[in-house]
Amino acid sequence: MTEGNGNKDVASFKVKAGLAQMLKGGVIMDVVTAEHAKIAEDAGAVAVMALERVPADIRADGGVARMSDPELILGIMDAVSIPVMAKVRIGHFVEAQILESLGVDYIDESEVLTPADEAHHINKHDFKIPFVCGCRNLGEALRRIAEGAAMIRTKGEAGTGDVVEAVRHARSVMGSIRKLQTMADEELFTYSKEIGAPYDLVKQVKELGRLPVVNFAAGGIATPADAALMMQLGVDGVFVGSGIFKSGNPAKRAAAIVKATTHYLDAAILAEVSRNLGEPMVGRQVTDIPEEERIADRGW
Amino acid sequence: MPVVGVLALQGDFAEHIVVLRRLGVETREVRLPGELEGLDALIIPGGESTTIGKLAHDYQLIEPLRALGAEKPIWGTCAGAIFLSKDATRVKQGQPLLGLMDITIQRNAFGRQVDSFETALNVPVLAAFDPANPPFEAVFIRAPLIESVDAPDVEVLARLDSETIVAARQGHLLATSFHPELNQDDRFHQYFLSLIPD
Repeated sequence: MTEGNGNKDVASFKVKAGLAQMLKGGVIMDVVTAEHAKIAEDAGAVAVMALERVPADIRADGGVARMSDPELILGIMDAVSIPVMAKVRIGHFVEAQILESLGVDYIDESEVLTPADEAHHINKHDFKIPFVCGCRNLGEALRRIAEGAAMIRTKGEAGTGDVVEAVRHARSVMGSIRKLQTMADEELFTYSKEIGAPYDLVKQVKELGRLPVVNFAAGGIATPADAALMMQLGVDGVFVGSGIFKSGNPAKRAAAIVKATTHYLDAAILAEVSRNLGEPMVGRQVTDIPEEERIADRGW
Repeated sequence: MPVVGVLALQGDFAEHIVVLRRLGVETREVRLPGELEGLDALIIPGGESTTIGKLAHDYQLIEPLRALGAEKPIWGTCAGAIFLSKDATRVKQGQPLLGLMDITIQRNAFGRQVDSFETALNVPVLAAFDPANPPFEAVFIRAPLIESVDAPDVEVLARLDSETIVAARQGHLLATSFHPELNQDDRFHQYFLSLIPD
């Protein structure tokens, strides 16, 4: 008898977090059409993020940014064989219910869209589809995990092509984890209160020496060197939004960022893949953006 | 002590390395052909098979991996099993395969992430590592299945039901459509290590 017992446990946390583990060491690319999605898949993307406008355009256009048209998302799901993610507004659990009914592989409760709730995020335990959420620091990451997020990404500042905020947020998370590991157990109670995170998760992070779920970098990554920088800072993989399809040669740049994410410790390969990539996206320095237009501050 | 490589192009290679270290094995991450030198065995982890295949092709790993697999044990989990197979369905057009193992694999056979699951499998060969041989908790993530075994020397190690093959061995080659590296249960890794000759 070599058969199983036939009981299938779907949508367990292990299964939700497990897909993110399979994405590790990879690049997740923002795409707005089925053609973009195919270019991303051909370049070696591990997943695509289906959306109507990349963050640089959301920034430029202004107005309210919402979940994308299901027709567009379904078209992208049909076009590629790799996992497809899509974004919902912070707190907009009905947009999440709609994405769940479409069968997307991951939902990004994203600050890039206009928040629908200024106090509460979605209770992500209620869903069978796993969620990824943004964070600027350890406390925010653990609040999202407590709400059911199965994957975390540092926020950076989306749509800028400026990596400085991605670095700030990754250093903040990694630095806090290092600090936590030097703390005495009785200090964890006060530290949990200070960072606004559940004690049990703080304790778990101290024991593991890392977040209990996969952590990617996002927001401002535009070059192979940016991707390798984030990997060397200790993230598990990268999201690239506007950086690819707002550049001069998206297919070539996408493939180069994939290679840089794998060979992030090999400077000779990084030099090779960085050659002749054409124009990068036109960046916008984060320090030139007024406080009220900064996306990363959305989320509670 | 054997040296076991883990293909580290993309995927959950770090999870495999954790288990191997727990079992006291020396490990090495492999991203370039030169890093295959002197390995006693290799694991190809879970991940995206399209990404792993492309990077293996771009960095000239396909032929050296075929040469290694002709002599040394190789184990593919999930995406790794697809990559090991001789034939695969529902793969991306032109996706490179190593073609080492006489099995036909169907990629994403159960559907999308919403259809991913955990289940308990009975795996008779694992009795060598625990006489009680409790069921193995197997995690299937956008998993492939083994549609058919295509040579008489391919041994079926586990099935999900009477139709569905999810683990098989052909000599020193091993394929599982699930992820033993996500468990605390190390028996599958022990089984793989037992395929390394003394």
